[in-house]
Amino acid sequence: MQAVITVVGSDKVGILAKVSTICAEHGVNIEEVTQSILRGTFAMIMLCTLPQDGVAFSTLAEELRAGGQELGVDVNITRQDIYDVMHNI
Amino acid sequence: MINTGNIIETIRMFNDENLDVRTVTMGISLLDCADPDPAAACRKIYEKIVRRAKYLVPVCEAITAEYGIPIVNKRISVTPIAMLLAACPDGDPVEFAKTLDRAAEAVGVNFIGGFSALVNKGFSAGDERLIAAIPEALAQTERVCSSVNAGSTKSGINMDAVAMLGPVIRRAAELTADRNCVGAAKLVVFCNAPDDNPFMAGAFHGPGEPDCVINVGVSGPGAVRSALQKHAKGADIAGVAETIKKTAFKITRMGQLVGELAGKALQVPFGIVDLSLAPTPAIGDSVADVLEEMGLESVGGYGTTAALALLNDAVKKGGVMASGLVGGLSGAFIPVSEDAGMIAAAERGDLTLEKLEAMTAVCSVGLDMIVVPGDTPAEVLSAMIADEAAIGMVNSKTTAVRVIPAIGKQVGDRLDFGGLLGYGPVMPVNTASPAAFIARGGRIPAPLQALKN
Repeated sequence: MQAVITVVGSDKVGILAKVSTICAEHGVNIEEVTQSILRGTFAMIMLCTLPQDGVAFSTLAEELRAGGQELGVDVNITRQDIYDVMHNI
Repeated sequence: MINTGNIIETIRMFNDENLDVRTVTMGISLLDCADPDPAAACRKIYEKIVRRAKYLVPVCEAITAEYGIPIVNKRISVTPIAMLLAACPDGDPVEFAKTLDRAAEAVGVNFIGGFSALVNKGFSAGDERLIAAIPEALAQTERVCSSVNAGSTKSGINMDAVAMLGPVIRRAAELTADRNCVGAAKLVVFCNAPDDNPFMAGAFHGPGEPDCVINVGVSGPGAVRSALQKHAKGADIAGVAETIKKTAFKITRMGQLVGELAGKALQVPFGIVDLSLAPTPAIGDSVADVLEEMGLESVGGYGTTAALALLNDAVKKGGVMASGLVGGLSGAFIPVSEDAGMIAAAERGDLTLEKLEAMTAVCSVGLDMIVVPGDTPAEVLSAMIADEAAIGMVNSKTTAVRVIPAIGKQVGDRLDFGGLLGYGPVMPVNTASPAAFIARGGRIPAPLQALKN
């Protein structure tokens, strides 16, 4: 299953490391990363693939959220389908 | 490949522009629950609703968690209860309403629609009993919504039902006067009522529908307004329509995805997406704001009907491209108390009942969530229904009346329902008496538009 992780908040050392560590622990493959600073706010978007029969989506989402809280950023994960259906015919 | 722009736009639509799926509504047929013994009928109704809808709320919550799509309401519509009363001559309609209320509570939905009767051509067994019991049923329940279809293009307008319903609306308000007359806010009188409408208070599960079905109602006026601000500055009207179409496409695709996912998870066929722009009282979630963004100083002024017609049409054109299964009401909603921009315009005196009536000729529903003085005579309410039904009948569209007589209040006062139902100023009503017209009863014959074969 493909999913999109978004990280929004003030830029800090270790954000990418934190998120990718959580992903690696669950065998989630990060395929693409883009990041930018939008009006002083750090925004990172990661495209990843969850392993079949691996970690439950809700567990991963919770761990990412908690990891983000430690660093003071919002980390969310959503399935990629929503972006595909809304923006492609 | 990551398309950053699309992802950020989607997140912004959800987080900043109040885009959401307004409702996932499970339609459940209760035809197989008919029983001459009222206790047995109620038992079967409760069991079937709970069995069918047990997982509705958890499934919707899981979709929100995985896809990030907010689903505001999970609701149920059922077969018009008057049909079950027909088989149950000794049944007390209020007991049926209480059964619906208990079942809705058990499965965790906030509204259940279908305390309804379809009387567009006349009354059959059970219909008059149900209509007479509506005020009591709405006063004694929390979650039950009621509707009556009093006319259609094919059959004309049942003026006997119209005459009954003015007093029923008044009584529904009187019996709930201590709760801001909320009874009347849960009662809709339709012409050309759709069988698959997912939105409350008018949702019911029509007799031609499958045993169980999932229908989805989308929202998104905030997203449309924002798109107009960003992409239609300085554009001509065709450019405005094009921007609305594109946004409606995106919104509807989201609804289609949710319907497919919910249907699959619940093992229930996916029925339709209702392409409606449904506002809420939240700032930035207003259909009035969209109309004003097009260039009107205030909704209700001249130009409003034209702007609304354009909006309604563009929403449908964009939405129809996005979903293979479209139905329900599908169009822009203009409820006054549920739309911050409409409330403000009504309070300023820019938006009047007469203008709202004109607007109902070009949008999806009718006089919706309008607070009228508490002493408005019942026959005036009936005549208001007749006028709206006539607009629906002649234009082959759905129209509806959901007005709330604010018992004990006058123009200048305000009624506050709280939550999604919002609040509204008491609006002035022309009370020149239609009593003799309404007292005639009978049926307005179907118009020539009905003869399409």
